[in-house]
Amino acid sequence: MRGLTKGYVLRRLGMFVLTIWLGATLVFIIPRLMPGDPVGAMIGRMTGVGGRIENAELLIAAWRAKFGLDEPILGQYVHYIGSLATGDLGYSLSSFPATVTEMIARSLPWTIGLLTVATIISFLLGNTIGALLGWRRTPKWVKRILPFSLTFTSVPFFMLAMIFIYVFAYGLKILPATGSAGRGVTEAVTPEYFGSVILHGILPVMAIVVTSMGGWALGMRGMMITSDGDDYLILAQAKGLRPRRVFTRYAVRNAILPQFTALALSMGAIVGGSVLVEYLFAYPGIGYLLYEAIQTSDYNLIQGIVFVLVLTTSTAVLIIDLIYPLLDPRISYQKR
Amino acid sequence: MTNNVMAAAAETAYSKREIILDVKDFRIHYETPRGDVIAVNGINFYLRKGETLGLVGESGCGKTTTAMGILRLVQPPGRIVGGQVLLNGVDLASLDDDALREVRWRDIALVPQGAMNSLNPVMKIKDQIADGILAHEGRQLRGAIKERMLELLNMVGLPGRVADMYPHELSGGMKQRVCIAMAISLNPTLIVADEPTSALDVVVQRVVAQTLLDVKAKLGVSMILIGHDMGLQAQLVDRIAVMYAGNIVEIAPVKDIFEEPMHPYTQLLIASIPSIKEKKPLKITEGLTHDLRNPPPGCIFQFRCPKVMSVCRQIVPPLRELRPDHFVACHLYE
Amino acid sequence: MAELVKTIENSTPAKKRGINRFDSPWFNPRLVIGVTMVGIVLLIGIGGPLVWDMNLVYVASSPLNLPPAWIHVAQPTPEPVAVATAAATAINTSSGGLGGSSMLDLMESTPAPGRGNPGDVGPGNPTGDPKHPLGTDDQGRDMLALIIAGAPASLKVGFIAASIGMLLGIFLGFSAGFLGGWVDAVIRTTSDVMFTVPVIAVLFVIAAFLKHLELNEMAFLLALFAWPAPTRFIRAQALTLRERGYVRMARLSGMSTMGIMFKEMMPNLLPYLAASLVGNISGAILAEASLEALGLGPTRVPTLGMTVNYAIRGTAILREMWWWWGFPILVLIFIFTGLFQIATGLDEIANPRLRGVKSQ
Repeated sequence: MRGLTKGYVLRRLGMFVLTIWLGATLVFIIPRLMPGDPVGAMIGRMTGVGGRIENAELLIAAWRAKFGLDEPILGQYVHYIGSLATGDLGYSLSSFPATVTEMIARSLPWTIGLLTVATIISFLLGNTIGALLGWRRTPKWVKRILPFSLTFTSVPFFMLAMIFIYVFAYGLKILPATGSAGRGVTEAVTPEYFGSVILHGILPVMAIVVTSMGGWALGMRGMMITSDGDDYLILAQAKGLRPRRVFTRYAVRNAILPQFTALALSMGAIVGGSVLVEYLFAYPGIGYLLYEAIQTSDYNLIQGIVFVLVLTTSTAVLIIDLIYPLLDPRISYQKR
Repeated sequence: MTNNVMAAAAETAYSKREIILDVKDFRIHYETPRGDVIAVNGINFYLRKGETLGLVGESGCGKTTTAMGILRLVQPPGRIVGGQVLLNGVDLASLDDDALREVRWRDIALVPQGAMNSLNPVMKIKDQIADGILAHEGRQLRGAIKERMLELLNMVGLPGRVADMYPHELSGGMKQRVCIAMAISLNPTLIVADEPTSALDVVVQRVVAQTLLDVKAKLGVSMILIGHDMGLQAQLVDRIAVMYAGNIVEIAPVKDIFEEPMHPYTQLLIASIPSIKEKKPLKITEGLTHDLRNPPPGCIFQFRCPKVMSVCRQIVPPLRELRPDHFVACHLYE
Repeated sequence: MAELVKTIENSTPAKKRGINRFDSPWFNPRLVIGVTMVGIVLLIGIGGPLVWDMNLVYVASSPLNLPPAWIHVAQPTPEPVAVATAAATAINTSSGGLGGSSMLDLMESTPAPGRGNPGDVGPGNPTGDPKHPLGTDDQGRDMLALIIAGAPASLKVGFIAASIGMLLGIFLGFSAGFLGGWVDAVIRTTSDVMFTVPVIAVLFVIAAFLKHLELNEMAFLLALFAWPAPTRFIRAQALTLRERGYVRMARLSGMSTMGIMFKEMMPNLLPYLAASLVGNISGAILAEASLEALGLGPTRVPTLGMTVNYAIRGTAILREMWWWWGFPILVLIFIFTGLFQIATGLDEIANPRLRGVKSQ
């Protein structure tokens, strides 16, 4: 029987709910821990950005009511959690009357699409490279070539992104630097639109993949080297299996398992990193929305986005956690 | 008296059988920055059809390396530097990779040392057994494979449902029996069993040993059984080869080894077997072995030998047949 | 037999463990290269102010838009302007549905102070000046001075943040592994949750709420989020150690288990801890540079990330002022590569098997 037992699923679901709750609480607490009155600060910022605001007092009063800041803190909290549970994240302050939920719903798919494609490519490429580097039978010339693909491992991607923009978009002019699709292309299910979306995705995806796959490759190489000479690999060779089969079904199949745990653990960093990618490439995802929200001091939007980021990460982790027992039958027997 | 006669008869019977494995001047070195460690130093032995040879010696004497060398599975930094391993006249040491792969498992199978970790933790038992069969026989009907698998498991005394389980669901003894079932799946000429009972508790050791005996009796397969448990060896093998520091110092039928050990090292080994009947002091001479990178001139055992002579420090004693089927490498008997 | 085995084990080299090395593992090439690289950056930071006028970090202390000293163009040509404008329009037309301030349009829409009419969008002075070897930005700051000031600042923030995070991690991880029970449950769950929270986004938000962030405050802020990884690692180590024979023996003999564990554990973990510290420094510098590049960092001290932010806002890419963003990024890449080499070198010390198979 596979390891997907009821207890395991319940434990993971519990963790999921707990993470979201803690994330939501964090989002609730941060503005209230900040020095000064959040509404006052907000008005201050908006005045700073946009000049004098008409009827500032009225605005303050309205926002106070909106935030429920006159209630005791516990009441505020219950109110806040309650509205989160119904998916109500309030109104955007900068683009009223758009609701935060609407705005996030528009940009979230871009982020999920971009990150999913980039993460999958990076994970697959990185682990393949690492597995080949850590495998004793890999041909010498392959082992000599592969390390070059890891040159940018230690380079933070936003620096590489700038270089990419400079070289590919500005210098060579072969790829668009910003946006998610050409401006003249109508948003419809046409090959033209999809082509444009893919073209615009190439640079951001490339920047993420090139800088992150090295991490996977090094981890995988380490696992392969550590498990080289393990008893089950020797027995597999003694069985006269083809080297390719020993490599895939025995060596890689086992070495990849910790990589999945690592993937779940790095989900937070991956999703968080989207803010910078999208900022640099002006990609209309949720990270870019967050940057804009910060620029316009749209606190409602900021809170909503951070909450949704936590939600996205937790869901990704939950999915990985639920897939994991299908890969490792031992999982329900050991408590993590 | 009758026992002796029967044993003698059995011995002569074996001595007439054809030789299926002939190891000649086999050498394995481990590379280190300070020079090669000589793990197997030009050993010679042979194995007859249906015979079981025990390979004994203390840890690090090269017995496992020898076994792995026969299968050409020595792990780096170790490598085979010389000699021949003739299995049915074919030299395994010089086969190319593809030919070697075909010989493995079909002609020569392995029962590994660490049964605990020898099975792939993420594959079902049935897939692991089928892996070896399919690699050598090609695709075949699922039903046929399944039937064969049940038969194999049955032969090692395991219920058929084991096939659908993962290694972590089995006990150590069951895993080792799965390994035996796997080893006999292609009816090989030779099984190399590398301390198959180590790391198991005593009761389970007996079960596994019995399984090996049963399998051998049913299939008539030849076997090299590596181990340091002399008691177990006495029950399972026909002849014993004693290894010391990469050299075979004595090979003889099991009865001779126990009753008339000739090499001083063998004598020490036999004397150190604990007995319930009498309490005897542990007869092991203290003293270090030589540096395996730099073997001394003369006999390999000179530093620990209680009967060392001056000739032992100069001339390497060759392995000589002193009696029919009894080989010893020692200057005492010249 | 047992003694026999023992004598043999003493004399025979362990076969499975690979090759013994005589040379100390602490001298492995990666570690040496990495330490040298980071050392160079530190040296620039310490020695730089002695040989270079640090007042040049201030706005308008130098001529504007100077290219690096080795660039010599006979005459200012109008060509770069045309190219830049063309590229700007080309790229702008393909910007996303949201519109607004992309990195590239931003430069067009916000007039940066000190920037004149569109006519001088290209490099203001096409020929470099030896007085400003790495050029200047569009506010008259000397790039070399900015780098001398910024590089050690980045390292300092990373080091403070990572060290505090590490100490927190050692304390929490050790408590969790050693005390067990509900303490363990709380610490483990919290650190697991922290892994799932997109920390960098939370940092952005906090930094956005705090109006003025000093360099040290930033370091402490980063430290608040740098503990989960070391905590997890130390906890796992403490747990395995607790079950080891000698620790049990120590407990039986009435010795302080805590003391024993700490004394036994730390030396063995040293290379791991060092590697993890270096990794954390890298992470903290990355987070710091990211915050600054978004314009959320300290504004009073010149840092590399802030320089990148100015370059982005000042449309450096379109104005072909590659030295403006290129040099700070190169220095950051240099720092990251150095730290990465150190971490890999330490990893090889901690796990000798990694040394066995070289990637080449």
